Parts: sequence; structure tokens; C-alpha cells
Amino acid sequence: MAAGPHSPRDPGVTGYYELFGMERRLVLDPAQLQKRFYELSRELHPDRFVRKSEAERENALDASSRLNDAYRTLRDPVQRAMYVLSEEGFDIGEQRSGDVPPELLEEVFELNMALEELRGGDETARPQLEAAGRNFEAMLAGIGDQLASLFERWDANPARETLAEIRGVLNRRKYIQNLLREVEKNVHVSN
Amino acid sequence: MSTFQIDFGKRDRVVGIDLGTTNSLVAFLDLTGPEIIAGEDGGRLVPSVVSATAGGEIVVGEAAKQLLLSQPDRTVYSVKRLMGRGLEDVRDELNLFPFHIAAGSESVIQLQLGEQRFTPPEISAYILRQLKRNAEAYLGEPVNKAVITVPAYFNDAQRQATKDAGRIAGLEVLRLVNEPTAASLAYGLDKRKDGIVAVYDLGGGTFDISILKLHEGIFEVLATNGDTHLGGDDIDNLLLRIALEDIQGEWGQDLSTDNEGVQRLRRAVVTAKEALSFVPSTVIELDYKNRKYVREIDRALFDRLITPIVDRTLGPCRDCIQDAGVSVEDINEVVLVGGSTRIPLVRAAVETLFRAKPHTDLNPDEVVALGAAVQAGILSGDVEDKLLLDVTPLSLGIETMGGVVSKLILRNSTIPASATESFTTAVDGQRNVLIHVLQGERELVKDCRSLARFDLKDIDPVPAGLARIEVRFLIDANGILNVTARDQRTGKEQSVDIKPSYGLTDEQVEKMILESVEKAEEDFQARQVREAQVEADNILRAVEKARRNPAFSELTEEERTAVETAIRDLQATYHSNDHHAINASIEALNAATQKLAENMMNTAVSSALKGTTI
Repeated sequence: MAAGPHSPRDPGVTGYYELFGMERRLVLDPAQLQKRFYELSRELHPDRFVRKSEAERENALDASSRLNDAYRTLRDPVQRAMYVLSEEGFDIGEQRSGDVPPELLEEVFELNMALEELRGGDETARPQLEAAGRNFEAMLAGIGDQLASLFERWDANPARETLAEIRGVLNRRKYIQNLLREVEKNVHVSN
Repeated sequence: MSTFQIDFGKRDRVVGIDLGTTNSLVAFLDLTGPEIIAGEDGGRLVPSVVSATAGGEIVVGEAAKQLLLSQPDRTVYSVKRLMGRGLEDVRDELNLFPFHIAAGSESVIQLQLGEQRFTPPEISAYILRQLKRNAEAYLGEPVNKAVITVPAYFNDAQRQATKDAGRIAGLEVLRLVNEPTAASLAYGLDKRKDGIVAVYDLGGGTFDISILKLHEGIFEVLATNGDTHLGGDDIDNLLLRIALEDIQGEWGQDLSTDNEGVQRLRRAVVTAKEALSFVPSTVIELDYKNRKYVREIDRALFDRLITPIVDRTLGPCRDCIQDAGVSVEDINEVVLVGGSTRIPLVRAAVETLFRAKPHTDLNPDEVVALGAAVQAGILSGDVEDKLLLDVTPLSLGIETMGGVVSKLILRNSTIPASATESFTTAVDGQRNVLIHVLQGERELVKDCRSLARFDLKDIDPVPAGLARIEVRFLIDANGILNVTARDQRTGKEQSVDIKPSYGLTDEQVEKMILESVEKAEEDFQARQVREAQVEADNILRAVEKARRNPAFSELTEEERTAVETAIRDLQATYHSNDHHAINASIEALNAATQKLAENMMNTAVSSALKGTTI
């Protein structure tokens, strides 16, 4: 098992942006995207090809599944950024477990202690965990803002350093999300 | 009802079918909109009940519903609950069904009805064939293409089983449409305004909730959720259990082992349940084998009893709202579908949750079939301004190391949807790779639903890790998974051997289609014989009466003998099972009695004249 959903595509297959007839930008207008999606759906959906030949039906199935995959990717800012990263040749595979963002090392250490205490039945750890959870949520909101400004910067000037920075932020975001899930699971279970 | 942009050319007719747990319907689209097609008896609903009589005849619908009382172990109802299911899934509720399960039912349930065995798709095919016949009789033309509705929350195996049923019935299933989505089409809500709509569908055996975004004729499903084992049947079973306990106490007798008694009691509780939607109080009443059971039940008690069942629908509703990325305030309209939404408590629960008065203008039993007919119109090109964009209800994944499921296509993805994964070999010269595909939201294989195992075969023997097989998982517009594989090194299509975990293989379906064609011929033959016999009965009765008429004695000796001979001939061919022979004898008798008929006519005229003063 190797490549994930964002492996570099075959040359010859239309990219998601080309399919939508849009320039490759990280900031997209959702209303515009939806409008194009509906227009293309009316053209490509298998419902329109039921009475056509088998080859045409196969093509429609292929084209509309690709359209749907494209829309699903482009409408979500994080998925969209990951897609652009992979298109630009960045490796966005699973990050290794040792990759703790350095600025989070201390927090993670304390969090693990608190989690262990709670699992051991020490209820005094609960407020600390709940505070950690709120902290992570605030961090995620901050990351959202950070991404938005990086998107704008790349759209104005498509430099690789910006993409590298975006990849770093996305990895951090994923890491914090996992931490948050861990906190929520434990706080919830022992409730 | 909204109007439809229609362009009727000379095209194959496509009908819309609601293959329901309790009742099934067929509808078509005409110039004024979708219409339900009634059966010969005038009934718009065909009860989803099939009975295999001792004489080898298959009876469907209202007649089979009657047989449920006298021949319960040969009669199947609610077969939809068994579609695409394994024995383990339905073990609990099987004790409530009167029919037996045959041995060897692990991956496909086999129902033993007398001497014969049937799989759920075959039983459903009998219902579909009845609907097909009704449509053909009404439209006066052959009907071979259909749109069939399924619960939105049906998984791959349940969808495939429905498609198989269509094929066995001789129908090309152009599309499986989700029931709540079909209902939204029937309402023509898009004509009113753009907005967000929730469809709450509580039927006989299944529950669905879907949230859609409507925009200029596009019906985009944002999210769907549900429970394929929750519906009016559960309420019936609950009341039934209570009544059985009562009877045990009052009569000192366990009625639950008496199939006929149970079915009569089931009918009594259903009648009471239905009445309680309209009156505040009623009785469950059973008169059986000289014993009587009467129990009063009022709505307050009924509501208390069914609250847990109604509450089970609320969790999926909340999850669906969240998955759709909307809040309750964003939802502009709520539509109720399914017979169980007539229950006041259900309506109240929906109203409370969505803070809106739900639409109930269309008959909740018919709205799904009407929507299926609109979708049929979309596919045949008669309706051009509407388009459904539906979603897959469950995430699709594959088994990875340690029994963990790796998700490839997430739930609520718009379909068709696809995902591509590359696989390689672990051992030098390995020729096969086995892929286990599952559906569900949980992390572990044991908590998800096994769909199928795909064997990638005849891989070029190369050192471990060198092979690269690209596998494409594609969920089509019916919500059914298709898998294709390609060797990335050679670019060659890779053969994929599919072993469905639940359900029929393609070969089994093909065999059933052949058998059903043969059976259909037998059925047709039997029907022609029966029709000839009915006509023979009529003429024999008429001639018998005529022989007592004075006109008979006015015939010559020869003429009288000819009539007697023709009668004996017809009596002889009557049981020949040859409708040609019967019809020939009928004609002969007709000819032999021509003179008699004329004489009788003259007598009638002259006696009429005698009583008239001119």
C-alpha cells in the first residue's frame, strides 16, 4: 500500500482547477465554485446519459465522479491547499509520529501527564484537561487565520517558500486536532 | 402539484417504483405530472406480501395478505428487512416472522415456503412483476425499464439486492433513487423557492433523514442519516408482544406458537395503531377459536409505549443536521414521508426538533412513488429542468494492518464518487493481492459492514514491493460500488474477482432470471387455462339454464343431441390444461346452441309483445 488520494495525477487527466475553468488560487469564492459545480453537473451527470451508448455512459460516470471529487476537494480550504501542495510536488504523506512541532513539546508533555492521571482515576486532572482542550480550540482558530493570510500571500505571489510554510501550518493543525480528539475522548469517557 | 417541462417523444416508457416494506406502488409521468397506477382491483397500494400456495401458485398483494391468516408459514411480508442481509443480522426479529429459514442461509437468507425456497430478491421480484403487470395493463404497452427507490441509508449489499430483484423481474433498473430524495422531487419544492429542506421518512421498516439544498432545479443532498431497521413494524411488534402477554395471562395460553393466531392478533394491533392516529382511544380486539381478547388503548398510553422508538429517530436527525453543516434555523421546510409519520407523536417530535410545521399535503404513502416517476422522467429526457445530486450514506474503506479500516470515500460524498489506491506485493513472485472492502463509520473492521473481498489476480511475478496495482473504487449514481484495477507498470487492466459478503453472485442472479422466464411462461400458460375455464363455466351455466327453457323442446331431436354432445365435449376438455382445446370446445358449444339462442330470443320477444297493448 502506498500512494494516498493526493498522489501526483497522471499527465493527461484534467486537474481540478482546469475542470472548473478556474485559475489555481488558494482563495476561492464558494458561491462561484458552487455555481460552476451545478453548471457542470447538469452537463456531466450520468442521468443525462442513460439513453446513450455504453461508452458514453462510462465516460459520464468517469467525468462526473471526477467532478464531484474535484468539488469536494476545492470547496474545503484545507483539502484545497493539500491538493495544490501535491500538484506542486510537495510530499504530504502521513507525518511520522516523532514529528512533534517543537513549540508544542512542553504542552504535549504536560498533557500526557494529565491524561495518565485521569485514566488512573485522579479527577483533579480534569479541569486541567478541559483547559487544555479550550487552548487547542483557540490554537486551531488562530491557525485558520494564519492559513487565510498565507493563501492570500501565495495568490499574490506563488512562491515555493509560502507553500512550504503552508505545509508546516497544516501539519501543526493536524497534530493539534489529534491532541484535541484525544482530550475530548478521555474527558468524555470518564464523565 | 408543480408543472413539468415535458417533451414527449416516442421513447421507451420508464416507470417509477416504490418497493416498500409494507406496500409497493408504481407510478408514471404524464402530461400533468406523476400519477399512481392502480391495479385491476383498483388498489393503488400493492401490499408487499407474497404467498407460495400448496398448488405451486405464487400469490402477490392483497390476496397474499389474506393468505397470511390461513397459510402463514407459506407467506412472506416485510421482506425488505431481509434484503442484502445475513442470518446474523436478522436473527432477533426472525422469531416474529411466521415463515421458516432454510439451512445454508449464512450469506444469503433462504426462505422456506412449503416445498420451495426463495431468496429475498426473488420474493421482491414477485412484487415487482405484479407492479410491472399493473403498469402494462394500464398503459397498454410493455414496460421494461424502471427507477426503483431504496432507503437512503441502505448499504451496498441492500442496494445490490434491490437491483438484483429488478433484473429477476425482467426490469432494467435505470436508477436506484433514495426515498427521501424522491419525495422531495414529488413535492416540487424547487418551484416555491431555493432553500434548505429536511425530509423525514419513517416507513414500515426503515427510517431516513435527508437534508437537501435546492437551487434552480438542482436538488443537492447535503447529508443523510438513518436506520434501516426502524419503522412501523417495530411499533407493531411492541404492541404484539404486549397483547401476547395479556392473552397468556387471561387465557392461560401461549398464543405466540400459533402462527394463525399471531397473524390475526398482528392485524388487530395494526388496526388499533392506525386508528389511534385519528381517534383518542380504541380497542385491540381478537376473536379467535371461540375466545375473545379486548384491550382498550388510549393515545396517552400509546405515546408512552412508542416514545423510545420515536426517540431513536432523533439522534440520526441531529447527526444529519451537523453533517450537512447547517443549523436548525437554516432549514426552511420539513417534509414528512412514510405511513408512520401519520402518528401524532411522530409529527410532534419532528415539529419540536426542527421548530417548523412539516409539510403533509401529499399522501405520505404515495409521495415516494410519485418522486420515482419524476426521476424516471428525468432519465427518459421528459423532464429537463431538474437534477438530483445524491450522496453515499456510509463511508467506504479497506482493511489495513491490525484490523483497522482505512477510509477511502467519506459518508455524504456526492455520488458518483471515486478514490484510487495503489497496492503492492509483500513477497517475491506473489501473484494475488486480497482486498477487503467495508462500509461504516467505525475504526475497526469488526465494527464495520463487510461488503466484499476483491482478489487481484495474475499479477506479474516480480520481487516484493515492485508490483504497483492501482485500484479504483467508484460508487456510482445508484450508490453501488464498482472496482477496477490496473497494473501501473504495464498499464494493463487487472482482473478483479469479487466475492460479495452478503448477497447473490452474478451467476446466481443470471440463473434466477432464466428460471423466472420459464416460470413466467408457465404462469402465462396457467392464466390462459384459467381464463378459458372461467369462460367455459359461464357458457355451461347459461346452457344448463337454457335447457330448462321451453325453447329447448322446440329443437329437433338432432339439434338437441348436438347440444348434449358439445356439453360433454367441453366437460371433457375442461380439465385438460390445454386452453386451445377448451376454447375449441367452447366454440363448438356456441355453434351447437345457436338455434336454441335464436328460439329463446324469439320467445322472449313474443312474450314481451303479448303483454303490450298496441
